[in-house]
Amino acid sequence: MSSMETQAPARRANKRASAILKAVVSFVVIVGTTYLGLLAVTFFIGRIVPIDPVLAIVGDRAPAHVVERTRIEMGFNLPYYQQFYLYVKGVLSGDFGTSVLTTNPVMDDIRRVFPATMELATVGTVIGAAFGIPLGVLAAVKRGSLADQIVRIIGLIGYSVPIFWLGLLALLVFYARLGWTAGPGRIDVVFEYTFTPITGFFLLDAILNRDWAAFKDIFAHIILPASLLGYFSLAYISRMTRSFMLNELSQEYIVAARAKGLSETRIIWGHALRNAAVPLVTVIALSYAGLLEGSVLTETVFAWPGLGLYITNSLQNADMNAVLGGTIIIGSVFIGINLLSDLLYRMLDPRTRIR
Amino acid sequence: MSDTTMTRREWLLTDRPQSRTQARLGRAYVTWRRFTANRLAVIGLGIILLLLFVAAAAPLLAPHSPYIGDLRNARLLPPSSTYWLGTDDQGRDILSRLIYGSRLTLQVIVLVAIIAAPIGLLVGTAAGYAGGWIDAVLMRITDIFLAFPKLVLALAFVAALGPGIENAIIAIALTSWPPYARIARAETLTVRNSDYISAVKLMGASPMRIVLRHIMPLCISSLIVRVTLDMAGIILTAAGLGFLGLGAQPPLPEWGAMIASGRRFILDQWWVAAAPGAAILIVSLGFNLLGDGLRDALDTRSGGQ
Repeated sequence: MSSMETQAPARRANKRASAILKAVVSFVVIVGTTYLGLLAVTFFIGRIVPIDPVLAIVGDRAPAHVVERTRIEMGFNLPYYQQFYLYVKGVLSGDFGTSVLTTNPVMDDIRRVFPATMELATVGTVIGAAFGIPLGVLAAVKRGSLADQIVRIIGLIGYSVPIFWLGLLALLVFYARLGWTAGPGRIDVVFEYTFTPITGFFLLDAILNRDWAAFKDIFAHIILPASLLGYFSLAYISRMTRSFMLNELSQEYIVAARAKGLSETRIIWGHALRNAAVPLVTVIALSYAGLLEGSVLTETVFAWPGLGLYITNSLQNADMNAVLGGTIIIGSVFIGINLLSDLLYRMLDPRTRIR
Repeated sequence: MSDTTMTRREWLLTDRPQSRTQARLGRAYVTWRRFTANRLAVIGLGIILLLLFVAAAAPLLAPHSPYIGDLRNARLLPPSSTYWLGTDDQGRDILSRLIYGSRLTLQVIVLVAIIAAPIGLLVGTAAGYAGGWIDAVLMRITDIFLAFPKLVLALAFVAALGPGIENAIIAIALTSWPPYARIARAETLTVRNSDYISAVKLMGASPMRIVLRHIMPLCISSLIVRVTLDMAGIILTAAGLGFLGLGAQPPLPEWGAMIASGRRFILDQWWVAAAPGAAILIVSLGFNLLGDGLRDALDTRSGGQ
């Protein structure tokens, strides 16, 4: 009996260690298979769907010996499984091939344009969360009221509107007619030679350079596309906030807090929202990933020199290496954020922690 | 019940239906009542019915040809009594193009639903009923697809297949089946151990028959709700592809492509791009409202949150 009692903590520790090991292994398996799946799909799109991928690279006017040489150089004469192996090896070492359009390695191009997209998506998410969370809380607290209906309709329109169209209209109204914001692009040409990017995030760079004129101009450029993306994520964030808040407000601890005589403000913002915050973090992370994708269309409308514009430009020029490289990058970030939000959820919510 | 004084409403709402038909009609009536109590959902239904009507009666409704315009006299005209929504750069009546474009929109959503929903249904029910490693593998594949960025993947697909509305449909369908598989699996798991499945099994039904005849029909209603809710997304993705020049090709009056061609004139002739975008907004709003209403009406569990 006594020996069993001394063994018990050790056994529990063992059990815990094996549970953690199991969680880690399953996490690695999930990351690995998802990423491999992404690569398999892009491989399928790049190598198997086109009738002749070599022709897609050298063009149909290339002489026969060039076609043949390229085929061997690119390894297209090998069986598919060997091609796939080489492909995975290439991608994992950051080699996405060369862009036909810019003649640079695709990876270099992406490294150049990606900060622009991230900056846009970040500002967009900040706007979406800053407005979406209060709106969602308001809708939940005043459930069934006019305010609730209005928030619901704002959200529904956000789900239903073609973002590129809204972008065009916003440019027309706020740039062309009212002149409140700057037009397409990221920064005015005036600053082209005086402004030196450091991090690639222009707002941050302007602050680091203490270049306030440039900061104002950059802000005027980013506010419109970022607000649009923000509206897009606001629709999602406000809807989820409302539903999480409704869930929290119906819990017993809220009744207890009311019985204790806490103020309504304290109950809503201090207690209910704090508990709803855990799933909200996941929602915000997911909406960030959604904005990276939504940037493809927004960037096209606003001539924003980011990854989305890079992909669409490459599409129009049949530059498959660049398109697939961009797809893999967005896909990787997407997968990464998905998994990260899952991990965050587990870390923040003590109920899902491994005991 | 032999009681002849019973009204139609009572007959539908009776606790003791006499026949299977009566029970079904009764259930449908209750669902319908719950659905129509939601005013926004009825508006959504109205929009979708209007879309169906416009698409069906396009040749009767369109005042002008959607393809041939009056290049000499009617380029980029503002809305007027002859051209209600103005004309585009080819001198074509925008309203007529919108009316014919509704057929393309309908074609896209119907075909995507017809391709994607059965794939999801098959994968989900198979995974849920078989269990074990089949379930694990199928669900891993589903989750992998679920983790992908849909629009970007569809873009890459169309880039490889070549632009065109058929390829856009295939690309969208290939990226939109995973949620259906998840739903079908969840439904399957709730019924697979129920008594009636055991009874069918005892009667010697094959797994194939059980899945096809006894499990799939139960997944249909939640699947329909989800497909309806996804319709708006499908329309927006198709319009996005059209906007980038990867969907329907000119001179087809696809709404996204119409916005793209109106983009050049946005500063001076804004109506060229504004009208098709408004059409997309209205139709996808209609599907969202309808989907929300259907979900609340069919799903008694989540008491209308």
